[in-house]
Amino acid sequence: MKNPFENLDKVLEHRTRLQIMSVLVTNDGYEFNSLKEVLSITDGNLASHIKALEREKYLSVSKSFVERKPNTKYKITERGRNAFKKHLDALEAVVKQQK
Amino acid sequence: MKEIPEYEKDLASIRTMMERSAKFISLSGLSGVLAGVYALCGAIAAYYIVHYPIAPLDDGTYSVSEPEALLKLILIAAVVFAASLSTGLWLSNKKARKQGLKLWSPTSRKLLINISIPLVSGGVFILIMLYTGHFGLAAPASLIFYGLALIQGSLNTFDEIRYLGYSEIILGLVSAMFPGYGLIFWALGFGILHIVYGAIMYNKYDK
Repeated sequence: MKNPFENLDKVLEHRTRLQIMSVLVTNDGYEFNSLKEVLSITDGNLASHIKALEREKYLSVSKSFVERKPNTKYKITERGRNAFKKHLDALEAVVKQQK
Repeated sequence: MKEIPEYEKDLASIRTMMERSAKFISLSGLSGVLAGVYALCGAIAAYYIVHYPIAPLDDGTYSVSEPEALLKLILIAAVVFAASLSTGLWLSNKKARKQGLKLWSPTSRKLLINISIPLVSGGVFILIMLYTGHFGLAAPASLIFYGLALIQGSLNTFDEIRYLGYSEIILGLVSAMFPGYGLIFWALGFGILHIVYGAIMYNKYDK
């Protein structure tokens, strides 16, 4: 039998990143500040995890100005969606195998 | 590599984040019950203005066409609406704080925008009806538009709201068939249904 652990995504093993992806997979675009509120984490913490996800091209960033304030919005990419789905399947397989 | 319970926690956190980011879960059931109580009080006050001394189930010989009575009715409806809204905001804020969340969040903003579209169009439509003298269908229209708003809102909060929405629409359509009984249906829809659904939601989510 194939080892389901092999299918786990190294980047998404970190829970905060997984949570960011969960928000983006259910919503069509989410702002930095809203994301911060939902996850209740600090600016720096969120920014570093977003960087990591951006590096993997799991999300795309769009910057704009709303009432002269910078507004950063994140969207999941096709690649990110596939990676999330694969990781989720692997998680389920891992947990199931143990039972 | 992590331990298995950690992976289970990962799965659980995916679910929580999906729900929390898409749905406003601090809506208070108790405020639904209170909104129903306010609506019943409003309906009783309206009865004394419009029908009295005719019994409520007697064929409603409407006198709403008198501008003074109409104005009073609109005033009652506005007071009921304002009281329900402020109670809802107050109790939901309390619940949000208890959950460690905020009342004003991305999800509550989405909920507000989504329900205000059917609510505002319905409200304006009803005012136009009253202004042009079509009094008979004002109560059914308010039930139907409110039901549509609830169904729309159920996407961004507890899904059960959808069934309250269906009930309001059905009640609205039935009441359109019985002109003159608008007040009774209004009291049923905004009073009784709110109390029943609010109590169900309170039992399920607030305790």
